[in-house]
Amino acid sequence: MTGARLSPADAAGSVAVALALGALWWAASHAGWISRVFLPTPEATWASLREGLDGGELWNFSWATTRRMAEGWLLASLLGVGIGALIGVSPQARAYLQPTLEFVRPLPASALLPLAISIFGLSPNMVLFVVAFGAMWPVLLGTIHGFAAVEPRLVEVARCLQLSRADFVRKVGLPSALPDILAGMRLSLTVALIVAVVGEMIASQPGLGQAILLAARAFRASELFAGIVLLGLIGLVSNLLLGLAERRLLKWQTP
Amino acid sequence: MWRVLRGWCFPLGLLAIFEWYARTFAAGSDSLAPPSAALRAFAAALMDGSLWQATLFTLGAAALGLAAAAGLGIPLGIALGLSRRASRLGALSIELLRPIPSVALIPLAMLVFGFGLRMETSVVAFAAFWPMLILTRAAVAQVEPRLLELSRVLGLSAWQRGWKIVLPAIVPRLFVALRLGVAVSLVVAVTVEIAANPHGMGYAMMIAQQSLDPALMLGWLGWIGVVGYAVNAAALWLQQRVAQAMGAVA
Repeated sequence: MTGARLSPADAAGSVAVALALGALWWAASHAGWISRVFLPTPEATWASLREGLDGGELWNFSWATTRRMAEGWLLASLLGVGIGALIGVSPQARAYLQPTLEFVRPLPASALLPLAISIFGLSPNMVLFVVAFGAMWPVLLGTIHGFAAVEPRLVEVARCLQLSRADFVRKVGLPSALPDILAGMRLSLTVALIVAVVGEMIASQPGLGQAILLAARAFRASELFAGIVLLGLIGLVSNLLLGLAERRLLKWQTP
Repeated sequence: MWRVLRGWCFPLGLLAIFEWYARTFAAGSDSLAPPSAALRAFAAALMDGSLWQATLFTLGAAALGLAAAAGLGIPLGIALGLSRRASRLGALSIELLRPIPSVALIPLAMLVFGFGLRMETSVVAFAAFWPMLILTRAAVAQVEPRLLELSRVLGLSAWQRGWKIVLPAIVPRLFVALRLGVAVSLVVAVTVEIAANPHGMGYAMMIAQQSLDPALMLGWLGWIGVVGYAVNAAALWLQQRVAQAMGAVA
């Protein structure tokens, strides 16, 4: 992120490029280069967006999706840091569990949806479970990695001070694993949004995922685009907020 | 020897508990099956060929999508990396488009392409495009400045500079980007199949669940895990080999 050092000329240019892309969209849809069945005009998208937001429908959907994502992500972060600290603090546990974790890591989170459906049925909690479970891995592995990479001299100091294990985790382990944990949490936020949307699509839970799927099935491209725009905004805003939090939390590391 | 074996203790123990639980409490259940039954169902799918067909479809869609993402993302990333100005000008557009979750494009791809290979490939390409673009841009930005000065002294054109100096210098990092792209592509491909596209491993798993065949569903889940692990391990091996061959420091 180079946002802070952007000169006014570059900022204006950057906006101009984005506007030019928007103009390209406008031209492509108005001139009929791409059928309007697929690509609505920007005005139509804006109209759908306003209509949906005025009626309150899109607000509710956006809120439902945001909430699902945030709840799942928070659960995932708590579980990931907790379990990760338990495993990471003991080299023994790491040796036994790491290979299993490495095996599960590349598994797509959404692949757990069928399993969760057959256990829990098509309920909102089922989706929440999969969001939390899928988003937990980046945090869990980040935490374990962070604990494994604690400066060995700090470990020795802790031993000399005869810190208990809990104190070691709180005073040495977590602070020095913080950058890894936050990097994992950033990744897991993206995963949480994706899994929340997929979960809404296949479990028919109210939310933007379901809304855009229904819009596409009914060939209402402008409503589909309105939903995509809102999902992009949710991703953008949540990432920006996390970036801000990250900078504050890591301030002590770079004097 | 023990170092390798102890990694197996936990998963095997877990499977044993699961086997015991499923046999005693969930016998004849429509939602759970013991791992042994999952293995049998998996072997049956292996025999009748449905396994390979679905696996090849998923891998093919992921590979095609990744190829499209690399084909677009790498040249654009090189261009943005070479010109700081272009990079700054494009930054806002990239930051606005990148956070769109790839799965949000599933309905759009459905609308444009219908079900099938093209639809899945396009969503995979969108998802893998961003890491390819951004990692390539970062790789070019880290090229030794003296190499670029040299190219200026030699009077190379922008095209020659890209082809003869920059591209060879970033090859090891490109393979790091590619490894990440492989992971993203496979995950997105399976996700698209689970959410919508009636082909491939994800759909096979979904259909097994809907026809109340938990053994086959778990068999597919295990197989998706194995395929994911193998593909990622292969990508990592390739990345490390390339890094060795190119004598990279990183």
